[in-house]
Amino acid sequence: MKQILLAISGLALLAATPRAQPPQQPSDITTTISSGSIGMPPRFAVPDFVPLSKDAETANAATAMARVLFDDLNFEHEFALIPRDVYATIRPATSMFDVPLDRWREVNADGVVIGTVRKTDIGVQVEVRLFNVRSGSTPFAREYSGSIANPRAYAHRIADEIHQQQRALSGVAQTRLTFNSDRDGERMAGTIENRGSKEIYISDYDGENQRRVTTGFSLNINSTWSPDGRSIVYTSYIRGMPNIFVSHIYQGTRDELTKNAGNNFLPVFSPDGTRIAFISNRDQAGNTEVYVMNIDGSNVQRLTNNPAADTTPTWNPQGTQIAFVSDRSGSPQIWVMGVDGLGQRQLTHESYADRPTWSPAPYNEIAYAAKTGPGQDIKILDLATREVRQLTFGEGTNESPAFSPNGRHLAFSSTRSGKTQIFTMSRTGQDLKQITRTGNNNQPDWSN
Amino acid sequence: MMRRAKSTIVFCLAMTVMLAVACGGKKPPVARPMPPPPADVADASATRPPAPPEPVREPTIVPPEPVRADTISSSTLDDLNRNSPLKPVFFEYDSSELTPAGKAALDEDATLLRRNATWVITIEGHADERGTAEYNLALGERRSVTARAYLVSLGITADRLRTVSYGKEFPFDPGHDEGAYTKNRRAHFVITAK
Repeated sequence: MKQILLAISGLALLAATPRAQPPQQPSDITTTISSGSIGMPPRFAVPDFVPLSKDAETANAATAMARVLFDDLNFEHEFALIPRDVYATIRPATSMFDVPLDRWREVNADGVVIGTVRKTDIGVQVEVRLFNVRSGSTPFAREYSGSIANPRAYAHRIADEIHQQQRALSGVAQTRLTFNSDRDGERMAGTIENRGSKEIYISDYDGENQRRVTTGFSLNINSTWSPDGRSIVYTSYIRGMPNIFVSHIYQGTRDELTKNAGNNFLPVFSPDGTRIAFISNRDQAGNTEVYVMNIDGSNVQRLTNNPAADTTPTWNPQGTQIAFVSDRSGSPQIWVMGVDGLGQRQLTHESYADRPTWSPAPYNEIAYAAKTGPGQDIKILDLATREVRQLTFGEGTNESPAFSPNGRHLAFSSTRSGKTQIFTMSRTGQDLKQITRTGNNNQPDWSN
Repeated sequence: MMRRAKSTIVFCLAMTVMLAVACGGKKPPVARPMPPPPADVADASATRPPAPPEPVREPTIVPPEPVRADTISSSTLDDLNRNSPLKPVFFEYDSSELTPAGKAALDEDATLLRRNATWVITIEGHADERGTAEYNLALGERRSVTARAYLVSLGITADRLRTVSYGKEFPFDPGHDEGAYTKNRRAHFVITAK
């Protein structure tokens, strides 16, 4: 699977980043590093970055960047990361020009990522080079500058660019999660008994930088991302009835999309960002149906028409089909239809299945939560082979799967650690990682 | 005037005591939760058919009803809902069918709603934690509407009854056993205007 990109490294770098620094020795036309052992992933090391300024802030940022980058690269398993405790035996570099490549070769590294951090008038300047340990060449060499406030952002950017350049992989280090949480312990406003509010939160993909989006003192649930990652659509009970709102998180503004039309829930953006699918009882109380509307709330169209409950829509990556849940067969099952509502057919035959989420290309799968005992587990249906595989096995109850934008990971909620928390895992059910730890957190969605 | 008001309160108290005595063998009746005395005494009397007092002598000056209305409005909707005058309806697992006990509760609620003809209520549909968060929104929707349809069949006008589904977001009992689940599968009534 190793791939040889024949682009000349200097040109590729200049095109990719405006402030890219030309590599010192563009002697090697091979821009990817392969493993010394056939069939194994390349072995990379990411020692702490080198602070070129003496202050503590720069030193802390340099350490943080390397450690976050290590985790980001480790997350995709495209490289075998040499454990950090091995690095202690190797003299740290003090600049790009005294990297002890012979020593890195002794610990069987194929590549080593060296970074320097220098404080500037406006913030910080970060230079990163990926050295081919055997040839001494630097197939990846880029420079970044900006604020020093969030060192993790540099690491995430570097990780995504290394994955893209070395493995032609869209990494997820710069992506984010949204979910709802009752962690604040605030009380709902209104004439209802003592009930805690739930608010919409966002975090980095690794659970860092958890931030609250809503301040409604209300019930806010079902949050999902717009395709551009700049808006979140969700259900809020702030007006009493559940209605659909969009928060534009960079502008700090909010739109109300449904008003005075029954109960409205479970909004999801179409992949092109022009439509929102949702469910509503607006035409018949007690009977939820799937609808779509424009992102300003106009042009509402009903897609399902069945006395059973139709709920929980999700779009396919092309935006041509919608999978949803219906209990018209007697129990909730995953169904699929065209975006015009035609061609409805049943996909699952579980005792109970809900919350379909359609994987991005190259995978053609739908993940969902299926009842497997007292609770639910996450399963994946391969749409080509119709085979179902199970990813969780009764560790608490597991619900609300959401694919990462590259289809290689899933976020979901689980009660395995006590309260309901957000976790991520690989699409094969491995690499379990707990994202939230405070309060109850539920219904994750993963940004592009 | 003061005398008249006072005597009404005394009368109400007397009624409450008599009723409590009359129903002595059973559990304490309607007037059971009464934290701040004056407001709640009048409150409790409001849940019974208006006692026909004897205002006939000076009807033009002191009709007794306004006195009662004033004391009621001094208790907030929060107070009213905390005492839950309307009985919740409980459902079987994964079902929105009314049980005989559920119908009996709704029969009592309908009586109360007929007596308090100005009340507007929200019927909340709730589910236990065992299903998925998403599907339970649809299930809660069904439960709230099932309860409303039954009340409408008993003559309560539909525009006094709003429905809202909370899915499994607000369990009444935070436990994780059948005892808790039984309490959490319900249609719950909240008075939103009176």
